[in-house]
Amino acid sequence: MLGFILSRVLQAIPVLLAVGLLAFALFAYIGDPVTALAGQDASSEHRARLAHQLGLDQPFIVRYFRFLALALHGDFGISFRVAQPVASLLAERLPATLELAVTASVLAIAIGVPMGVYTGIRPAAPLSRVFMIASLAGVSLPTFLLGILLILVFAVSLGWLPSFGRGAVTPLGTWWTTGFGTWAGIRALILPAITLGLFQMTLIMRLVRSEMLEVLRTDYIRFARARGLSDRAINFTHALRNTLVPVITIIGLQFGGVVAFSLVTESVFQWPGLGLLLVQSIAAADIPVMSAYLLLIALLFVIINLIVDILYFVVDPRLRGGLYGPSR
Amino acid sequence: MTLLTVRDLTVTFPGRRGDLRALDGVSFEIAAGEILGVVGESGAGKSLTGAAVIGLLSPPGRITGGSIVLDGERIDNLPPDRLRQIRGRHIGSIFQDPMTALNPILPIGGQLVETIRTHLPLPEAEARRRSIQWLDDVGIPAAARRFDSYPHEFSGGMRQRVVIALALCAEPKLVIADEPTTALDVSVQAQIITLLKRICRDHGTAVMLITHDMGVIAETSDRVAVMYAGRIVEIGTVAAVIRRPAHPYAEGLMASIPVLDHRAVRLRQIDGAMPRLNEIPSGCAFHPRCPSVLDRCRTERPELLPAGETRAACWLSMRTQGHG
Amino acid sequence: MMGGRGTGGLGTGGLGTGGLVMGRLARLFDSDIVFSLRRSPPAMVAAAVTLILFAGSLGAPWLAPHDPTDLSSLSLADSFKPPLGMVDAEWATPLGTDNQGRCVLSAIMFGLRISLLVGFASVLFAVLIGAAVGLIAGYWGGVTGAVLMRIAEVQLTFPAILTALLSGGIIEAALPRVWSEQLRLPVIIFAIGISLWPGFARTIRGSTLVERDKDYVLAARVIGVPAWRILLSHVMPNVIGPVLVIGTLALGAAIIAEATLSFLGVGLPPTAPSLGTLIRLGNSFLFSGKWWVVIFPGIALVLTVLAINVLGDWLRDALNPRLR
Repeated sequence: MLGFILSRVLQAIPVLLAVGLLAFALFAYIGDPVTALAGQDASSEHRARLAHQLGLDQPFIVRYFRFLALALHGDFGISFRVAQPVASLLAERLPATLELAVTASVLAIAIGVPMGVYTGIRPAAPLSRVFMIASLAGVSLPTFLLGILLILVFAVSLGWLPSFGRGAVTPLGTWWTTGFGTWAGIRALILPAITLGLFQMTLIMRLVRSEMLEVLRTDYIRFARARGLSDRAINFTHALRNTLVPVITIIGLQFGGVVAFSLVTESVFQWPGLGLLLVQSIAAADIPVMSAYLLLIALLFVIINLIVDILYFVVDPRLRGGLYGPSR
Repeated sequence: MTLLTVRDLTVTFPGRRGDLRALDGVSFEIAAGEILGVVGESGAGKSLTGAAVIGLLSPPGRITGGSIVLDGERIDNLPPDRLRQIRGRHIGSIFQDPMTALNPILPIGGQLVETIRTHLPLPEAEARRRSIQWLDDVGIPAAARRFDSYPHEFSGGMRQRVVIALALCAEPKLVIADEPTTALDVSVQAQIITLLKRICRDHGTAVMLITHDMGVIAETSDRVAVMYAGRIVEIGTVAAVIRRPAHPYAEGLMASIPVLDHRAVRLRQIDGAMPRLNEIPSGCAFHPRCPSVLDRCRTERPELLPAGETRAACWLSMRTQGHG
Repeated sequence: MMGGRGTGGLGTGGLGTGGLVMGRLARLFDSDIVFSLRRSPPAMVAAAVTLILFAGSLGAPWLAPHDPTDLSSLSLADSFKPPLGMVDAEWATPLGTDNQGRCVLSAIMFGLRISLLVGFASVLFAVLIGAAVGLIAGYWGGVTGAVLMRIAEVQLTFPAILTALLSGGIIEAALPRVWSEQLRLPVIIFAIGISLWPGFARTIRGSTLVERDKDYVLAARVIGVPAWRILLSHVMPNVIGPVLVIGTLALGAAIIAEATLSFLGVGLPPTAPSLGTLIRLGNSFLFSGKWWVVIFPGIALVLTVLAINVLGDWLRDALNPRLR
């Protein structure tokens, strides 16, 4: 088990280094940091001094390792757009995005999994047909449009919920801020969470359904039926458990995607998270933020993948080896 | 004493251009404790017959005619609940591929206990004791310790033993074994066949043994039914069908098995191939390939008629009986 | 397989070329694909809707009631006319007008045209890259193949919109400002294409692997048939089916991606607006009650993607060998 974790971590390092290289190349060669920081009309001596300060006159390898070293310490440079250290910008925005992503995921799982199980067990029932049509609509409705619609209905017409921002936030610990501290904060979270979660919920429902149908077609389920086991035992003790094994891991892997995908929702609702930061940075060609975002996201994905791999190991007995080893 | 009576069983698959008759008027009987082999080429309908008896036909196939009577009770038209009670308790089933027949994420002991307790009102401890006993009976070494093992920790042969235990643990009177040894290594096949034979004798269980391997039939069965294109073409004791087959197809089958002590230049084969379900010939389905075909064979379909020591669906047998 | 196994309706019986064409058409109508289309009303509706939308948008320059890009034809006096059914509406502008007096219906038709153009072009681009990588990785494998597929896998864990956004953003940042506006369209096509290739690569590689190990391919290699020939005549036909399915669904995803990018402000500019741009521009009028400027383009977008998705789903079921 330990060896497994270790090998996974070792595999992750080249990926991180590669992304780091990409981020650094971005940082170093695209855009013009000197002009961005010093302004268009700076004198040539000023620019030269700035260039030296930024270490732009050093060879590539040195700059690359300096970049990595600084990154490990949390120093990602200064944002072109707002002249603030990128690291503090990220720290400011991270809680907003994470809270949104987690809420949306919980919502998506809580509704998507039961729907998927139901449509898998009773594919011909009228309710299943309704769910499937709804899921098709869910996949065809772009997230930003859904957000606009929700705002139109619940914020503009009915006035029940706020249409932008996080509402009221309360600080938690040294740098975290949470929206769960006040009612206003929670109300502000509802529409964005639904918007972000709907697509995810649709995917989960379809995934669970297709896995369920697949499992119900297997030989071992047929054998279970041949042994006269009750429908309940077959659907839940056997089929559902087998379905959940790959489903849990896929949902886990998707979480990183949810975090990244939140940029659309954040744009619609002006939610002050990492995604909105990225969009603003791209529009302003703010390279330091873009490259730091790249690194952060890559790190997040690597960590999530590692956790999911461990989870898979725990949940699927086949991977734990035995007399005849896995996959026999 | 007759345990299972199948009369005129017909199974149909609705198709795009009309219905396909996969089984057409199949009739046979199995006595208590007897082993009936069902042999034939792929696609002859052997597995379908087994599936129909246990009520597990894959949709859209359905039984569209005939009757299946088990121990005096008709079972082909039962509601799903009643059918579920019969499966496992009165009719057991052994599947072909041991690698996929067991749920990979549940320990085998638990699967046995679950099956036993579904059909017999026993407390957990007693069911567990019986399960370990079954594992021991089918030849799993150190049964008590292996109780909590997972399927992937066993080899193919061992898994098939577990499958046999699962099929029999609710003490059914009839077991349908669909190609139980086909997916196993040759050396293991012999062990499994011996096990099956012994354990069914011990418990008095009748077996419907479906296979394409005549060798297996010869080793185990009391009687054998030869199937062709969804029909039974010959049925009788194993010795009779092997040594003196009456139906030309059965005769061709037996002759095509190479024999060790006889030197042959070419392997004998039956010309042609079994017809597809949508192109079944009129009259006797075998007539296009039959070396002794009569005019009558092309238009009239023969019933199973007495033919020497067996019964064969062949007009030739009427001739030899003097009915010409 | 596509193309149908139908036993033919009219045949070619001596009717010449016309008869040949009729025969082909009849075989097409009789084929499995069309059969399953006819059996599925949602798919038929979706196909019809898709055809109408495609025709309407492709023919926009000739079919649209007004030309939204012709600035001279606009008059602020026409601004914010509501759609039919509300007070002050006009027949000439059935879906209303925007803040500059542009007819919303015409804007939608032209916008859909651009959205479809971007969608098809980016999917085509993705297929080309994906096919190249998939074929290489599947047929030759090796270190190159492994590395390429690893890149694909890693990229697949990121949502496509992020990849598209970052690719587009990086290129925009790298380009000199003067070209930025004109190159928007190709940059977006490139960015979305880049975000979609891994899905194709993975599928094509899978199909290639399956075909490569088949006996007839091994035989061809032994004979010395050159690799490109094998890929073209053996691997490609088996790959087309899955690629079509994924391509259809990818088209829907590409259209949504483009709309999202435009909505975020990094997509197509207002001078040649796509549906996404229209939604972004119209969004600012939502709060002042002029809902039609944003809702109708939104409906058009959803309808288009929905129709494409229904077709894609149906196509996947129709081409799935296991479900037939």
